[in-house]
Amino acid sequence: MPRRRRSPKLAVWKFASCDGCQLTLLDCEDELLMLGELFEVAYFLEASSAVVHGPYDFSLVEGSITTPEEIERIYEIRRQSRVLVAMGACATAGGIQALRNFVDVDDIKRVVYASPEYVRTLEHSLPASAYVPVDYELPGCPPNKGQVIELLTAFLRGRRPSIPGHSVCIDCKRQGVVCVMVAMGTPCLGPVTRTGCGALCPRYRRGCYGCFGPMESPNTESLSTWFLVQSGLTPQHLVPLYRSFNAAAPAFAEASRRYADLQGASKTTEWVGTNAVDEREPADGEQ
Amino acid sequence: MASHMIIDVDGLGMLITLLQREGYRVIGPTLRDGAIGYDVISQVDDLPLGWEDEQDAGRYRVKQRQDTAVFGYAVGPHSWKRFLYPSPVVLWRARHSADGWRINQPAEDGARLAFLGVRSCDLHAIMVLDRVLLRGPYVDPSYAERRRQAFLVAVQCAHFTPRTCFCVSLGTGPRATHGFDLALTELVQPQTHRFVVEVGSARGAAILQQLPHRPAQPSDLAAAERAIAQTAASMGRQLQTAGLPAALLANLEHPHWDTIAQRCLACGNCTLVCPTCFCFTAEERTDLTGATTERIRHLDTCFTLSFTYTAGKSLRQSIRSRYRQWLTHKLATWVEQFGTFGCVGCGRCITWCPVGIDLTVEAATIASTGQTTKGVE
Repeated sequence: MPRRRRSPKLAVWKFASCDGCQLTLLDCEDELLMLGELFEVAYFLEASSAVVHGPYDFSLVEGSITTPEEIERIYEIRRQSRVLVAMGACATAGGIQALRNFVDVDDIKRVVYASPEYVRTLEHSLPASAYVPVDYELPGCPPNKGQVIELLTAFLRGRRPSIPGHSVCIDCKRQGVVCVMVAMGTPCLGPVTRTGCGALCPRYRRGCYGCFGPMESPNTESLSTWFLVQSGLTPQHLVPLYRSFNAAAPAFAEASRRYADLQGASKTTEWVGTNAVDEREPADGEQ
Repeated sequence: MASHMIIDVDGLGMLITLLQREGYRVIGPTLRDGAIGYDVISQVDDLPLGWEDEQDAGRYRVKQRQDTAVFGYAVGPHSWKRFLYPSPVVLWRARHSADGWRINQPAEDGARLAFLGVRSCDLHAIMVLDRVLLRGPYVDPSYAERRRQAFLVAVQCAHFTPRTCFCVSLGTGPRATHGFDLALTELVQPQTHRFVVEVGSARGAAILQQLPHRPAQPSDLAAAERAIAQTAASMGRQLQTAGLPAALLANLEHPHWDTIAQRCLACGNCTLVCPTCFCFTAEERTDLTGATTERIRHLDTCFTLSFTYTAGKSLRQSIRSRYRQWLTHKLATWVEQFGTFGCVGCGRCITWCPVGIDLTVEAATIASTGQTTKGVE
């Protein structure tokens, strides 16, 4: 009889975030019991206070890095993890809290807190990949349940996850959803946004908000021009359109800055280069 | 073959009922979510009576007509590909047990489809798909079954302004001449709303026999021809096809490809609304335990990076190369490959491009400059 291999140790980590990604995992109700059998759930405080020490086979990281302590913690988690996956808009792009990346965080502290000197925070809210190598990035605010399961299944089977990088438009068309841009004139980020939600908003006749971040080759400049010319939006409208859950994703940050700078209302910030190790290739240039 | 007959609006309703009684699932035009698309219909009231559309590059709106025409609109966001070649489709499933892997093929749902309101361009699109999926060396069994069963009721294009259409340029319309079981030409006059019916097949004739009908008068036929001729004369777009394939292929490095790439979103909408684009991708889905797996076919598009992902890299990295691939396939290399253009002039890719890129304009620009302009204006 071959000896049964031990189950891989799963850890789920939280950084600056709303816990929505962890809830997505807990929301996989049909698969939860099976997950508990196939993995040793070693660290998942949202589900259980029982903690098993590292190292871990598979770490899911939720949230962005926003404090000096969190930098130390993500280094330690990387050291303890065989595979590290950044999950959700915060961990992959800095999240909604990355709006601070476009302003002076000290100004905000002074406005919000009575004693801002007690607040120890970083200037930027950044994805895990800004500090450590990340094996895979799962987009979305929150990620799609099916994609979370696909990721875990792929890990167990030792294959690459099947998580496409194309536009939301393809989901609309496959489902026969009538285009809200063409048929209603509604501004929609679908053409530049990555698939994953199953075109949830257009299915309910609303434009896409870009929850899954930029698609594989986003042409935000063309889309923005069309919004300005055809949808009656002003440059002021375009800035918040791109600055939501994935505001600091490079393609969306660049898109919003293009119009923020026109107004001279916002200071530019330097993007800290990412170390993300995933399957994506640069989208421009033929070589 | 029977000569032309006349049915009225009640007859149209009876046609729907009759097809249902014959075991067909009837798919036809219906107004939903601000567009006239195709869906399952069960009665005349499901049809877009008194509605029409206004189309332009990147723009589609429905509005009410002055009359009660049932088919007074141009083609909308859907094509019949959606029903003949659906996506996603489970191709097969496999289950692992003590005896090893057992593969089973999901049974076809067996539904016989009847399409009501097929335009001439879309009849030609179905014939293009036939060449690829039915008449080529590899027959698609699911398409073959649906196609063999499908009952086609064509509608001649009349009583609307074909703003993004260019079927006349491609010789694919607006008059449907063959490939249908029945063809209707709507005549909308107060008090005498009626349809001229043309029979295209024996099963079409058998259905017509069961409907209340009367022989068409010469004046009916003249009115029908006038209405179709008016559509032909008011095409909103045109495409010079003579010498076009050679002219496009001689201009693969034309600077205008870069100009298009600045506008193109690589979103894939054009290929997905196209009634002839058939490219697909297959995905394996395993369950958590690895005991079951299924292969799923999705409609794909040449605008994604994964489409040309080969040996660790996508071959068409730039949007320029992806748009060029699509346009030259539709209007040049498709001819070499399948003997027809991959375009039928329906204009969907123009209307449903979110940023209004117009294939007729782009093709003309690329083909009209450079060294080879033979036969191209």
